[in-house]
Amino acid sequence: MYCWNADVECMDAGELRRLQGERLRETVKRAYDNVPFYRKKLDAAGVAPGDIASTDDITKIPFTTKEDFRESYPFGLFAVPLQQIVRVHASSGTTGKQIVVGYTRNDIEVWSEVMARTLGAGGTTTGDIVQNAYGYGLFTGGLGAHYGAEKIGALVIPISGGNTKRQLQIMQDFGSTVLCCTPSYAIFLGEVAAEQGIEMSKLPLRVGFFGAEPWSESMRRQIEQSLHIDALDIYGLTEVIGPGVAYECMGKSGLHVAEDHFFPEVVDPATGEELPPGEKGELVFTTLTKEALPLLRYRTRDISFINDNPCTCGRVFRRMNRVLGRTDDMLIVRGVNVFPSQIESVLMEIEGTEPHYLIVVDREEGSLDELEIWVEVSPGMVSDEVRRLEAVEKRIIAELESVLGLSLKVRLVEPKTIARSEGKAKRVVDRRDLGQ
Amino acid sequence: MKVNQISVFLENKSGRLADVTRSLADHGINIRALSIADTIDYGLLRMIVNDPENARKVLTDEGFTVAQTEVLAIEVPDRPGGLGGIIDILSAKGLNIEYMYAFVGRSGEHAIVIFRIEPVEEAIAALKGGGVRILTGDELHAL
Repeated sequence: MYCWNADVECMDAGELRRLQGERLRETVKRAYDNVPFYRKKLDAAGVAPGDIASTDDITKIPFTTKEDFRESYPFGLFAVPLQQIVRVHASSGTTGKQIVVGYTRNDIEVWSEVMARTLGAGGTTTGDIVQNAYGYGLFTGGLGAHYGAEKIGALVIPISGGNTKRQLQIMQDFGSTVLCCTPSYAIFLGEVAAEQGIEMSKLPLRVGFFGAEPWSESMRRQIEQSLHIDALDIYGLTEVIGPGVAYECMGKSGLHVAEDHFFPEVVDPATGEELPPGEKGELVFTTLTKEALPLLRYRTRDISFINDNPCTCGRVFRRMNRVLGRTDDMLIVRGVNVFPSQIESVLMEIEGTEPHYLIVVDREEGSLDELEIWVEVSPGMVSDEVRRLEAVEKRIIAELESVLGLSLKVRLVEPKTIARSEGKAKRVVDRRDLGQ
Repeated sequence: MKVNQISVFLENKSGRLADVTRSLADHGINIRALSIADTIDYGLLRMIVNDPENARKVLTDEGFTVAQTEVLAIEVPDRPGGLGGIIDILSAKGLNIEYMYAFVGRSGEHAIVIFRIEPVEEAIAALKGGGVRILTGDELHAL
């Protein structure tokens, strides 16, 4: 079994618990001392940093949520002065406001380390050529994978996302051995390769690391067959650090959480009660070493469960199951977070538009996620001319695309054709096969 | 001088046009002319009916989105070049025809064509100046 840092990844379980306790104590103290938000929160809960002696005490700490990021926008949760921050990343929040995260030089080093372990778990070494097709920019995927691959000493092709023809050309010409991208893009690459008659079995490409959106075992089989590689699942979220929070080994049965840096819990999303291993609930992470942005018991809204059985690979880190769903209505489309509330607020701004809409996500044709927004026409939109309707349609598309950062389609439908349900309206139809 | 036209938004799915015609028939409303402008996903059904106010109410109650527009019903000589003469009058004045479609029924030796022209007042003046007869709603429905 491949292992990038066996000293840490396969350390003694007791030693790991001791290390986690020590780091948790430091993190809580640092957060309390340097972030007014945490000081207020812990004071209100009647918890002093001294009350946290080990990870057993973690449930005393109040949760941190996505809303806390929104209220602290942009830098309110930072625990160090901006002079010590060397980078920021961001992802979309529920109301259009970005979730902004900062990194110190050491945070970047930790991130590189956990991404090196991630890529190393699939056998990536100095001899590899890593084609990194995650998007570079505020999105954590591109630079996260990049720094991990560089730390290993592999050759990185920072090709970023898109331009499929060029991706396949470079894959053939440069002899890429490792691929990093979203799983839906991997499927798309496989289909285009087949169309172009590229014999993937003759290329040196060997393994791929796929994340940033939910996928399934059937997608894994499809990617492995079409690209002739091993396909490994990786997990992370911007708030915690980005990709590298958890990663699969070649056993391909759950993702090892980098527990020396991130402490995982699973809680009942309704009550917040901690759930035992094997029981499905909401993933909660506490960062153990982050300097710029320590996170205490962050509610990810991702549904999973913990598997604490030993793994054949020898890693001490517990595994989380691949993400099974969300506690909120967030969708991940082509790696981009989409909240129905964002779409609603755009529609409300457009004159003559009713806030009756349906979000349809599909992955059939070409296998890239397709986002279609159905909007009910209102009397204000209809005249005797089609071009007026087309103008409204274009405007909705332009505004949604600029807010979401995703290309999409809009379909105008007759009034009252989108189902109204009692209480919470059904806003999302996800036709992607994300089952297990 | 102007005639009321109603436009109905229809999704491109089977049975929707039938729903419109059935609703109108149930209320004794007669469709005198119609045209459909369509895209891949939807269409606009434009109609001249004998009772536009009632038609609008009936269709709105049935859940359709309806718009009302004023158009011109123009007598066109029913011979080669008849339509061309009218279009020449309009283009000489730089007036733009948004769309047009034929009316079922005749006015003596003339065919009747429904025109949507912008700006409409200028079009009326130009056509009258050219000796073209424009029918009122009452005249149209009396045919």
